[in-house]
Amino acid sequence: MKPTHQDFLSGARDSLPILLGVVPFALICSVSAIGVGLSSTEAVGMSFIVFAGASQLAVLQLMGESAVWVVMLLTAWVINLRFTMYSATIAPYLQDEPPHRKIPFTYILSDQAFGVTMSKFANEMPANPAWYYYGSASAVWLTWIISAIIGALLGTLVPASWGLEFAFPLSFMALMFAAIKDRPTLIAALVGGFSAIATKGLPYNLGLILAATLGIAAGVLAEKKMGAQK
Amino acid sequence: MSEFPVWILFLALALGTFALRYSFIYFFGKVDMPDWLRNALKFVPASVLAALVAPALTYPNGVLDISLNNIHLLAGIGGAIVAWRTKNVLWTIIVGMLLFWLLQAL
Repeated sequence: MKPTHQDFLSGARDSLPILLGVVPFALICSVSAIGVGLSSTEAVGMSFIVFAGASQLAVLQLMGESAVWVVMLLTAWVINLRFTMYSATIAPYLQDEPPHRKIPFTYILSDQAFGVTMSKFANEMPANPAWYYYGSASAVWLTWIISAIIGALLGTLVPASWGLEFAFPLSFMALMFAAIKDRPTLIAALVGGFSAIATKGLPYNLGLILAATLGIAAGVLAEKKMGAQK
Repeated sequence: MSEFPVWILFLALALGTFALRYSFIYFFGKVDMPDWLRNALKFVPASVLAALVAPALTYPNGVLDISLNNIHLLAGIGGAIVAWRTKNVLWTIIVGMLLFWLLQAL
């Protein structure tokens, strides 16, 4: 076996534990998509071409509230801004890779593949770091797509009377607590949350974008202030 | 929903998200991520997610309702405890939905 393929396989293998979290998330995305009135094809298509679960759920929730599409797009892009951080971190390892490999594997960059890859690189650098990342990204992607298809099949069996749209705030909550790591991130969440309640009356769900911006600003300020105290 | 151009929306979502994913991989060696941006990005997930959750729990029928009659809020608080302890999407949904159905039946 070529050494590059070995690194690909170990990237995929090291991703196995995290795949347990990918399966339900993709299932939820499909079931929720069908819950707001999309067809099974549209549900799977969304997961296939967007491939960013948290932003998909946000868009689906906004669809359920009949928000305008500009707000849906803005909200999803704001949620996905974190990818620029991953992009900057992983860029040095992909710099010598040809575009025909780099581009497709960038398309399937995920939180999970980024997490697995970076924790590996922190401990031990593989001979071909790019291929290790490719392996991890592929494992997450494949699991995501298969689970999205299964979810679309299950989604049509779930009756609307179950009130499954309540699963949206619940799933965001779990992701939110995972993102609260210290006091500044906690302040960002509190300010974001309370501002969103206060600005709920604004037209086109614009309060959401405004509240998110205020929360981010509060986090930055809180961190500056705490840094100054040290 | 049928007249809604969902595929155009998905495509726009996907292209924008790809641009974010590819951004600094493409510009590597030419543009570095400025520190202020890196700092601000750290707070995006916590803030956006909280802004999505809070109104969904406090405006159950489009009207602000912070009372014990608001089962979205009560079940949401239960879900929040699970979310905080486990940070697991599936467990939070299972416990939150069970609480929601239980409160609905009461």
